[in-house]
Amino acid sequence: MPARSRPTSSRPRAENRSRRWAGPCIAGARILTLPARRPLWVCRAGFIGREGVLTVTQAVRARLIGGLIPSLAIVTALLIGGVIIWASGPRLDGPWFGIWFVVEAYQALIEGAFGSRASTIDTVLRTVPYVFTGLAVMVGFRGGMFNIGAEGQLAVGALASAWVGFTVTSLPLVIQLPLVLLTGCLAGAIWGGIAGLLKARTGAHEVITTIMLNYVGGQLAAYLLNGVLRDRSPLNVIAQTPKVAETARLPDLVPGLHSGVILVIGVAVLVWFVLWKTTTGFELRMVGINPDAAAYAGVNVVRRMTWAMGASGMLAGLAGAVQVAGVNYRSTLGFNVGYGFDSIAIALLGRNTVSGVVLSSILFAALRTGATKLQFRTQISTDIISVIQALVLLMIAADQIIRWIYRIGPAQTEADPVAASTAPVADSESGR
Amino acid sequence: MTRGRFAFIIGCIGLLIGGAEVLRSPDVSASIVAASMLATMLRFATPLTLGALAGLLCERSGVANIAIEGMMLSAAFGAFIGAAVTKSLLIGVLAGMAIGVAMATLHAWLSVSLRVDQIVSGTVINIMAAGITGFLSTEVVRRQALVGAGLLPALRIPVLADLPVVGPVFQQQPIAWVALVLVPLTHLVIFHTPWGLRLRSVGELPRAAHAAGINVIRTRYTAVMIGGAIAGIGGAYFTLESVPAFEPLMTNGRGFIALAALIFGGWTPAGAWAASLLFGAANALHINAQQFGIPVPAQIVGMFPYLLTIVILAGVIGRVSPPSAVGTPYEAD
Repeated sequence: MPARSRPTSSRPRAENRSRRWAGPCIAGARILTLPARRPLWVCRAGFIGREGVLTVTQAVRARLIGGLIPSLAIVTALLIGGVIIWASGPRLDGPWFGIWFVVEAYQALIEGAFGSRASTIDTVLRTVPYVFTGLAVMVGFRGGMFNIGAEGQLAVGALASAWVGFTVTSLPLVIQLPLVLLTGCLAGAIWGGIAGLLKARTGAHEVITTIMLNYVGGQLAAYLLNGVLRDRSPLNVIAQTPKVAETARLPDLVPGLHSGVILVIGVAVLVWFVLWKTTTGFELRMVGINPDAAAYAGVNVVRRMTWAMGASGMLAGLAGAVQVAGVNYRSTLGFNVGYGFDSIAIALLGRNTVSGVVLSSILFAALRTGATKLQFRTQISTDIISVIQALVLLMIAADQIIRWIYRIGPAQTEADPVAASTAPVADSESGR
Repeated sequence: MTRGRFAFIIGCIGLLIGGAEVLRSPDVSASIVAASMLATMLRFATPLTLGALAGLLCERSGVANIAIEGMMLSAAFGAFIGAAVTKSLLIGVLAGMAIGVAMATLHAWLSVSLRVDQIVSGTVINIMAAGITGFLSTEVVRRQALVGAGLLPALRIPVLADLPVVGPVFQQQPIAWVALVLVPLTHLVIFHTPWGLRLRSVGELPRAAHAAGINVIRTRYTAVMIGGAIAGIGGAYFTLESVPAFEPLMTNGRGFIALAALIFGGWTPAGAWAASLLFGAANALHINAQQFGIPVPAQIVGMFPYLLTIVILAGVIGRVSPPSAVGTPYEAD
């Protein structure tokens, strides 16, 4: 076995200690000992932090520091993006030596994302699939699996749900809509679960298998959308399914905004609950941090890995189903392209926490929605957003850069699921 | 790379081309179909071979490389700009190589020096390449109305290129020839030179290599950067040999397919090349199916290479194992 740098044996303990809420401690056999001379109410309103029991203020501060690096990365990326915008504008000839141009550009970006009712709804509509796919990648990371296949899982989810949506026409909405969504989940779960099962049983690296499954999914979609699932109406000229039945569509919450927004909130809470409040979630995170230790502790690693990728694929498939049932009402060839990498960026920026994923999804959706107005007003290509995203991701991945720029001390030894995601790889390739 | 696997791949290629021959519509002559299949296969295989060789050097040194796609895409852009500005195709290729090396250096800096997860680092490079080339191509190319400098001319071997069916094999553009030369060259370097031995030892057991006096960090940097240069040639293929223009995302996932070819070929140059040809043959069938009235569902055929890669990776037909240290950052004490 190759020498591993980090002392992996200490990871589960570190993870256990970083649980903040003093809620029911599930599988961790940690006994809460209260420091002396501290009024009891502090414990009630307190948190278990790295240093034992924290007061509310201390816990809030810990949270803020946790979000500090992502925030600084965003700010820095926007600043560098500003320099790029400045360089593509009138430069020194503009008012304020061209700085005003940058201000106007960012103003247009914000207006484009939140300036009117319609644009805000647009941003929210874009946020929904980002949250689902971001959570998908996050669940994978927490289970030690790097899911690059959200794109393919989303595609098969959308295909399956569209198929059920337009072939079944005689059911009432309360039955058909859940059926459509669940079919999408199931298809995605199968697509992701294959990669999980292969990883757990044979050691086939999930990064490669999910990339391959993306292509298989893409070809399958091309085959079906040009064949049996194609919309045969004479007006249709592209590879897409017919529109789904009225009873397979998510009803509007307000005009233009489908009720998938409520679903996404529910799913986010559910993911948080399952990962942090159930034995399954605890075992999953344990496998993600150190599969050997988890196996030693009696966790069925094969089952948990499959479960992690299945759940991950399920969330991505649900993203596809919600896009079909709420936005497009059909599945079109290639509409899934781009979600795979965006979702990885979202999960990494969100530090693999549910709240982080939701916040980064809103950010990415706002940037993408606002970019149109930015291009309209300043003639700067919408691709500037991809550049800013790439910069954010670069600085998140290598947080040494941010720590160096802003003179922040070295990282705490917090359990890092991203770093841990490579650990099982090394093991399966050298050991078994 | 076992002989069995090699034979298996050659057999698959034969099956695909033979299948095209058998299933072609009767009013097309057999030699036209074969020639077209061969030409398309070789054309498609060129960037795959180069990408796979780039990944091979990288992964043999213990650095996972899913960034081939990003390296090739940015190199394609660099080659286009270099050629369009200087009106010299050779400088275009060199510019592509330089950009490839630059992206590879970033990958090495992130994953070797900063010890970022290698897959994350690769993802960053892929996203960054897509974003920056997309932005620059609209800003620079459209505003300054850059026109491409044309395509590299085909080099033909006099007599052989006139042969009826196998003619296309002996009439290819320079980058395709470079790819063919690099396959045995890489094999020689990796398996028959001291540097290659060091490279492999760093990829298998870096701590032992370190103890034997090998500079692990420097070896990995060198390997990744040479890989970047090869990926750069592969990227130049897209804008200097395929079409004389740059379009955003024009590599269209070939980098990932190259990665699949690398794995399929069991991390050996010859295997990677054979696998690239197989992927090329599947693509040729896909492309020629309609033209020659071959009644196969092209997309189903198109799936096979990927499914086979999964199957091979899972060890169902013959196990391949990556260099053991792939994915693990090395920390010197």
